[in-house]
Amino acid sequence: MPDQPAAGAGMHDWLVALAAFLASSVEMVEALTIVLAVGMTRGWRSTSYGVAVALAALAVVVACLGPALTKIPIDTLRVVVGTILLAFGLQWLRKAILRASGLKALHDEDAIFRNEVGHAREAGRSSRHDWYAFTVAFKGVFLEGLEVAFIVVSVGSSQGNVGVAAFGALAALIVVAVVGAFVHAPLSRVPENSLKFGVGIMLTSFGVFWSGEGAGVSWPGGEAAIVGVLVFVTVLAFVLTGVLRSAQRGDIDATRAAS
Amino acid sequence: MRAIGRFLRFWYDFFFGDDWIQAVGVVVAVSATALLVANGINAWWLLPIAVAGLLVESLLRATRAPKQ
Repeated sequence: MPDQPAAGAGMHDWLVALAAFLASSVEMVEALTIVLAVGMTRGWRSTSYGVAVALAALAVVVACLGPALTKIPIDTLRVVVGTILLAFGLQWLRKAILRASGLKALHDEDAIFRNEVGHAREAGRSSRHDWYAFTVAFKGVFLEGLEVAFIVVSVGSSQGNVGVAAFGALAALIVVAVVGAFVHAPLSRVPENSLKFGVGIMLTSFGVFWSGEGAGVSWPGGEAAIVGVLVFVTVLAFVLTGVLRSAQRGDIDATRAAS
Repeated sequence: MRAIGRFLRFWYDFFFGDDWIQAVGVVVAVSATALLVANGINAWWLLPIAVAGLLVESLLRATRAPKQ
């Protein structure tokens, strides 16, 4: 029965590729979410630079370390990136909630006007690099890319076939990139403030998830817990916006009644 | 020197923004989570609670500030 081992090996290869594909897809979707969120709210130029530099850095790290990649303290990296992302995401979410409840717009009208005028003046020389967009995109892609490399090395070497695992990860990259290209168009029609509100929710959720993982937490449900965190932060943001909005309305009514 | 100053300013703005208390709260919450995990408690619930608390506290300060 000479065919049986070959068929078994073929099936085994497919399973290795499928495992690498699925695990890599999860990480790549996380990176894609961050890139789309930052690119659509802060512009694509600096975001693209961040992605490109992260991919180049990843290529260098993978080429230099190879299988020794698993020696990188990924938890330390997760906790640092997660904490920075959480602090940045919370700032963003706080501003978005204040804006959505009408509080920021009321107090910031002059600043917004000055900002608009400044932007209009700068339109001619809009080549300024946005380091915020660059940094967030870089971190998201580098961290998730490193995790994909870990998956390829660990799944591949445990099954004795890194090439097949790399093929699975490459297929995931193509599928996620295509999905990203399709999702980008409908997302670009979402109003800017709503988009920023959503970005605040996403950055905060990923920050909670990654910093938790880095701190050694074992999330209930593993990677799927990110959905639970996302739902929790979304509900929290909407409840706080609702509360602030009604408090704001109450203040306006009280002012009208007094005058 | 100016480049170093700009670099440090960028990271301050990136991490602390306009509410440094919130950023410090994040560091405390993540450290507390790591400490609990190191002592055998799987404190996955701590960060979501901390985020809710920090956000509420920061918003309360932001809404009260103009009235003072």
